[in-house]
Parts: sequence; C-alpha cells; structure tokens
Amino acid sequence: MEGPTSTGIPNRKLAMWTFIGSECMLFGTLIATYMIYRGRNLVPPYPHDLLNIPFITVTTFVLLMSSLMMVLALAAVQRNDLRATKLWLGLTALFGLIFLGGQYYEFSHFVHEGLPLSRNLFSSTFFVLTGTHGAHVAGGVIWLSTLLVRTVNGKLDARHAETVEIAGLYWHFVDVVWIILFTLIYLLV
Amino acid sequence: MSRHSAESHPSTRLYVAIAVILAALTALEVMVFYIEALAPVLIPILLVMMAAKFALVAMFFMHLKSDGPVLTAIFAWGVFIATAIVVGLMAIFGKFGA
Amino acid sequence: MAMTDAHPTGIWSWLTTVDHKRIAIMYFVVGFAFLLVAGFEGQLIRLQLAAPGRDFLDPDLYNQLFTMHGTTMVFFAGMPLVVAFFNFVVPLQIGARDVAFPRLNAFSFWVFLFGGLFLYASIPLRAMPDGGWFAYMPLTNPEYSPGPGIDFYVLSLLISGVGSIAGGLNFLVTILNMRAPGMTFMRMPLFTWMALIVSALILLAFPPFTVGLIFMLFDRSFGTHFFDAAAGADPVLWQHLFWVFGHPEVYILILPAFGIVSDVIPTYSRKILFGYPVVVFSGVLIAFLGFGVWVHHMFSVGLGPVVNAVFGGATMLIAIPTGIKIFNWIATMWGGRLRFRTAMLYAAGLVATFTIGGLSGVMHSSPPADLQQTDTYFVVAHFHYVLIGGTVFGLFCGFYYWFPKATGRMLHEGLGKAHFWLTFLALNVTFFPMHFSGLLGMPRRTYTYAEGLGLDVFNLISTIGAFIFTLSFVPLVWNLWRTWRRGEAAGHNPWDASTLEWTTASPPPHYNFAEIPTVDRRDPLWHPYIEPESRRAGDEPGGAVPRRQPDEPPEPVIMPNPSYWPLVLAVGMLLMTIGALGSLGLTLFGLFVTAVGLFAWAFEPPFGEEAH
Ligand code: HEM
Ligand SMILES: [Cu+2]
Repeated sequence: MEGPTSTGIPNRKLAMWTFIGSECMLFGTLIATYMIYRGRNLVPPYPHDLLNIPFITVTTFVLLMSSLMMVLALAAVQRNDLRATKLWLGLTALFGLIFLGGQYYEFSHFVHEGLPLSRNLFSSTFFVLTGTHGAHVAGGVIWLSTLLVRTVNGKLDARHAETVEIAGLYWHFVDVVWIILFTLIYLLV
Repeated sequence: MSRHSAESHPSTRLYVAIAVILAALTALEVMVFYIEALAPVLIPILLVMMAAKFALVAMFFMHLKSDGPVLTAIFAWGVFIATAIVVGLMAIFGKFGA
Repeated sequence: MAMTDAHPTGIWSWLTTVDHKRIAIMYFVVGFAFLLVAGFEGQLIRLQLAAPGRDFLDPDLYNQLFTMHGTTMVFFAGMPLVVAFFNFVVPLQIGARDVAFPRLNAFSFWVFLFGGLFLYASIPLRAMPDGGWFAYMPLTNPEYSPGPGIDFYVLSLLISGVGSIAGGLNFLVTILNMRAPGMTFMRMPLFTWMALIVSALILLAFPPFTVGLIFMLFDRSFGTHFFDAAAGADPVLWQHLFWVFGHPEVYILILPAFGIVSDVIPTYSRKILFGYPVVVFSGVLIAFLGFGVWVHHMFSVGLGPVVNAVFGGATMLIAIPTGIKIFNWIATMWGGRLRFRTAMLYAAGLVATFTIGGLSGVMHSSPPADLQQTDTYFVVAHFHYVLIGGTVFGLFCGFYYWFPKATGRMLHEGLGKAHFWLTFLALNVTFFPMHFSGLLGMPRRTYTYAEGLGLDVFNLISTIGAFIFTLSFVPLVWNLWRTWRRGEAAGHNPWDASTLEWTTASPPPHYNFAEIPTVDRRDPLWHPYIEPESRRAGDEPGGAVPRRQPDEPPEPVIMPNPSYWPLVLAVGMLLMTIGALGSLGLTLFGLFVTAVGLFAWAFEPPFGEEAH
C-alpha cells in the first residue's frame, strides 16, 4: 500500500542501503582488527604457510560471476521474463553455494593442517572475519532460494522486481566485501 | 516478453562488459602478486585495483550511477567513516611505520 | 485494520501491536522501570560511600552494583527512553501515520526488553557482571573473570544491540521517506532532526561494539585470542572498539535531549528558534566529529603524545558546536515572552547544568589535565552533569511537554515544579561535591576510602543528594496518580506550540491524522493557514488556533496489521542468547524459532484492507 515517499526511493530499498551503510562499519571493524594483528601472530602456523592463492582465486571468480548472474536476474524479472529470472536466480544461488563449498574446504583444510579456531591470533582473526562474510553469503543463498521458489510457484513476477532488486543489493554488497577481503587477506599476505 | 532474448537487452551487454573487466582485474591482481619486480609497489597497485572493482560493482551492479545522490550519499557516508576508523586504528597501532 | 474499528485493548493487543504510539508507551514504561532499578543501585553505592570505611556492601557486590548501574542506565534506561520519544513524537511531527516498518519497530522493542530481562536474570542466578559498564580487557577475560557474569553483560548487549540497530534503520528511513508533503529538511522540527542524526549514529556506532562483543564472547567461549597478549594480541584493542562506539553513544543520549529542548524553548518563549540552520548543522557537526574523539577516554593508556594531542584537539573542537547550541537557546529566550511551565524549567535547567558538565568535559579534553582527573570522581561528576543535567532533564522536559498529547490529560503544574526543583537540587548536591573529591584524588570504582583524606564531608553531601533524588520521585508519582484520577482534558494544543503533532487530537487517534497535512513553512502552527487546501475554507484564521479534527476521515486510511511474529522472532533470539550460556540444544532451538519467525513475518501481509 506504500504511497509515494518523500525521497522517491521505496522504503525497503532505502532501508537496504542504510543497512549496507551500517554493515560497512561491521566489516570495517573486523578488517581493522585483522589488519592491526597482521604480522603479530606468535604461534605457528602463519598465514603464508596455509593461504592458497590459486584456489581462492577460483572461488573469488565464482563469487564475482554470481554478481553478474544477479543483475541478469534483475533485468529478467523487470521485463517479466520469468524463465530467465529462474535461470539467473538459480545460478546466482548455485555460485554462492560453490563459493561456500570452497570456504568449507578451505576451513577444514586449515583445521586439518593444525589451525583450529582457537590455535593462535591468526586463526582467531581469519576465521571470524571470513566466517562472518561466509555467514552473509549463506544468508544470501537462503534468501535467493526463497525468491527462486516463489518464482517457480508463480508468486513472483515483474511486480515484485523491487524485492529482487533489494536482494541483489545485498548480494552485491557481500561480493564487494569479498573483493576487499581477497586483496587484504590473500594478496597482501 | 520472450521476444527480447537476454542478449539483446541493452543493459545486458553493459553488465557482461563490467563482469569481464572485473574478471580481468582479478586476473591482473593475481598476476601482479606473482611478479617479483613489482614487489615494491605491490600494495598501492593492489589497492587501486581493489578500489576499481569496488567502484564498478557499486556503480553498475548496484546501480548507484543511475539511482541518484541520496543512496550514494548514504553508502559513501558508511564507507567513509568505516575507512577512517580502519585507517585511524591502524595508524594508532603503528601499522604505517614510525 | 480498518480505522473505523474501535482500537482494541487487552494484553494480546499490546503483544501484537505495531502502533508507534503504543510501542512508545511500552518503551517508556520499561525504560522508566529500569531507571528506577538502576537508580536504586546507585543509591546503594552512595550508602556504602556515605562515610569512610563502611562495610554496608562488600567489595564484590560493590563492583557488581556499579557495573549494573552503569550498564542499565546507558543501555536499558537512557536508550529506551530516548527511543520512546522517537516513537511517539517523530511520526506525529513529520505528519506520518506510523513509522516506515511498524513490525520491525515492535521487534526492536521486544529484543530490547529481553536483553534487559536477560541482564537482570544474572541477579537471581548470583552472577552479576562486575567489569564496569565498559568491561575492559584483560580483566574480563576468562582467566580473570571466570563464571558467567561477564557473559550476561556480553549477551544482553548483543541482543539488545540488534534492536537498537533495527530501530536506527527504521527511524532513518521514516524521517527520510515519510515526511508530509511540503516538509522539506529545513522545515523539520529540531527534535526530528536530532532523531535523524541519532539514527545515523546508532547505525554507525553499534556495529563496532557488536564486533567487540563478539570477539569477547569468542575469547571467553571458544578460546580465541583477540585480546590475549600472550598470543601477540593487544587487550587495548577492546578499549578502542568500545570507545569508537562509546563516544558516539554519549551523543546518542544527548542529541535527542538537545532536540527536545530546541522545540520546547521556542514554545514557551513565544519566539521561533534563534538560528535554526545553525542549530541543525551544529548537531550534524557534533555527530560527525563524535567519531574522531574516542581516544579522549584512553589518554592514560599511553598512546603517545601525537595521538593524545590529535584526539585532545578534536575533543576541544567538538565543544564549539555544543557551545553554539547553548547560545542559540539563550538567544531564543532573550526578549521572549517566557512562560515557566514545568517543561520550560527543565529546558532552562538543562541549559545551566549541561553547561557545567560541558565545561568539565573541556577540562579533561586536555591530556595533561586529564591524567590528573581520569578515573577519579571528577569524571564521575562530569558525566553525571551531562547525563542527568543533559539527557535526563531533556527527557523530563519532553515528558512534561508531550504528556498531554500522549494521554489527553494535563499534569499538575505545582507538583511538576516541585519535581523539577527537587531533581535540580539533587543533581547539584550529589554531583557538585564530586568535583572536589575527585580533584582530591578519590578514585572511582573503589568500594571505600580512608578517613582523614578530606573526603568525608564531600561524600556525605553526595549521599544526602542521592536521597533527595529518591525523594524527587514522590511529586512525580503523586502527579501521575492525580492526573490519572482527575486530570483536566488537554485539548489539541495546550501549549500553543508550532509543530504538526499539535494539530491532531490528544491522545491522537491510532491513524494520527485523518488527512495528511501539507506543510509550507517551518513552525506551521504559528502562521495562519497551512495544510489541507481542501479544509482551508472552514477554518478560522489565527496563528495557533487548533484545527478541528473530524471524527471520520475524509479519505480511506490503511493501517498496518497487528502481528505476533516480531515477538516470536524476539523470543527465538532470546532462546539463542540463553543457549549461548552453555546449551547448544537451546541455541539450535532458538535458531529454529528465529527462522520460523522470519519466514512467517516475510510472508505475512503487512497491511490490512482499506477502511470503508
Ligand atoms: C563538551 C562536550 C564534552 C567533552 C569535551 C567531553 C569530554 C570527556 C572526556 C575527555 C572524558 C574522559 C574523561 C576520563 O575518563 O578521563 C569524558 C568522559 C565521559 N563523558 Fe564526556 N564530554 C563531553 C560531553 C559529554 C556528553 C554530552 C556526555 C553524555 C551525555 C558525556 C558522557 C561522558 C561519559 C559517560 C564519560 C565517562 C565514561 C566512563 O569513563 O565511564 N560527555 N568526557
Ligand atoms: Cu567521550
């Protein structure tokens, strides 16, 4: 029933952007902590012993491409092309899942190599930072899946494009955060 | 509606182009990382490319470029304060030498 | 819900309400209850310190009491009382029917309530936190604080923090997006302006605190090393994260009070606010600078002369916009036709007492001076002058000002004035002597002091002041009781005020405005002729003539449906929180309830059918 708003921006969209602004501080604080403690780890293993750049480059690439799928899904639903919407939504969620699978593999590999969460300063900062990001990805995958199910059930079409757009904003933000983490954690190891 | 295939839609081409640039930048980042000669300037190069990717996603995929100043202001505000806090804390903890 | 329906009453209607005015009342009642509890804790502390060497409280209990006192006052009294005013006033001031996300609003309230109750569950379980309201590491690590006390602190603030962030989001969107036609930014009432700024502060300041709390939780529960010096970490990081949040937090508490006073002083001076744009922008500036001064709480850590100087300088800068506001209020009163009703007394009282607190703040913004004052009663004097003389006076000011609007009844002026003078007296008697005991070197958070240090008299006076505080509640309660029995009806605009909330009935109907007003200037009610074109014809001229509100709205009004899902979601989060004390099963069950709540919420239609 929402009428016109004072700014012309729909309430939910404005809320999502505001939330994203707030999330900047959340990830900012986590990143600050990681950066401050970089190089202060006293107990092995150390980051360069474990971080696998080629592997993470692949999952990074997957997450980046999921953002492309996401905008394509939005474009599709806006022109009410529901087949394409289903395809792109599904692929976005799938790519997100692949990324999460990669993270699961990475985490369990690290634990296997002697880096459980409580091992040292590196494990604490690394797991909590990337884990928080991973939790965001997981939340996004669930959200996108519900949109997919609704589209399949015929409950989502061009009239709900705003809903897809908002989910997309969230998804791209999570991607943007990973762009930063990829550089700061892995490439500046 | 199905007369417009995904490929013919005008924005689709733009999106794909952006994605190609993003992928290329990522590849470049990793290459730079492995080139010994660039080691002294590695950090600024990587940060610039990171910022470029960030900006591309925000402007085109998140539509900030076309969505007007209010949303950009809200996002920029968050990014600015967060960056200031990160840099400030790192400075206090002596991460920039001296 | 059709607006023609009678507004339902009964417990269920309160549990499922999404009406901002009812949520405001719940926030107010619960916040006020926590204010009384925390005040009682403070009273116990003062009894212990009444004379040197007393053993009324043992040291452990003393530590627990000042921790509970500070934590409760800031998070479970100050914040909810502020948010109560946001809830009641903001939609009315901007001419909206409710907030942007009514169910989210209810959710914010429930998690705040559960956070507070969770914290207080530590009392019957004999596990009160005792690390101070800022819970410094490494004192609060598992080695030095075994037992669940600190966990109660961490978890209660985590869960209530979610509610605060949701509230900030809601009010930011509400104020940006739900303004009546014609209400541009520079026509917004000052209280709404400050609510906007504070919402932004909440959104930016709470996440760092949340992250710090998560680190602390992980260090305590999962053996991580975020604050573990032996692993290479630095416990001082906690102080940074806390104060990156903590300083903006004090502005979260004071700016709403500034907003209230900026609306009240013009009303009782019969003059528009002096320098409106300056007051607005100094508020923005305070909020902005507020993120760059946190180290002034850490001068004694020894971060070095450069860091201390930079942050000391920034702290002094922030006093400038604060001072500007004070001059604007004085200039508004200057030459006005002053009417000293109770609300105006509180406003004027704020101008006086906040200034004293601001001055001592500027004193310890200089690092060398602060090294003498930090961790003494001088700082205790400072922050009670700003928090009571500023925030609490501002809140009481707003209470006396908007009470007729919220209830439709007038409070008794004589009792209100007695209340004001007692609190004014109590504040100064309790806290002024602390400047002296502090400068004499009396450390804060120490359960007793020795005889013969020259502290005895000051402490005795402070304790007497605390009793006056307790006494000050008598006229307040009496006044409420009297008004409940036989308060005179208030009418639309008893104070002849200038902003939109005074156009509608007292108390407002649940749809607030039968017809959304149109605004074409600041202080709309002080100018003849504003708002609905359609009804202009029938209205008498005259700046402050209250507008008649027809009982039946001329246009269909669609109001949000009541919903119990916000409560379910909050219960789920509470279960997760309780489970985090050591029961994985309960945590998972809580997660399940949370997920159910989220999904049901998402798929429940938020708005009812049109009214007929
Ligand atoms: C003119 C503006 C202000 C200045 C320059 C200022 C400055 C300071 C400084 C430097 C300290 C640290 C003292 C120490 O621990 O050694 C401090 C403490 C404090 N200030 Fe302010 N302040 C100002 C306004 C406020 C306001 C408006 C509030 C709240 C409404 C506030 C609340 C507090 C609190 C709660 C503490 C003590 C925190 C603690 O250690 O537990 N201040 N202030
Ligand atoms: Cu401060």
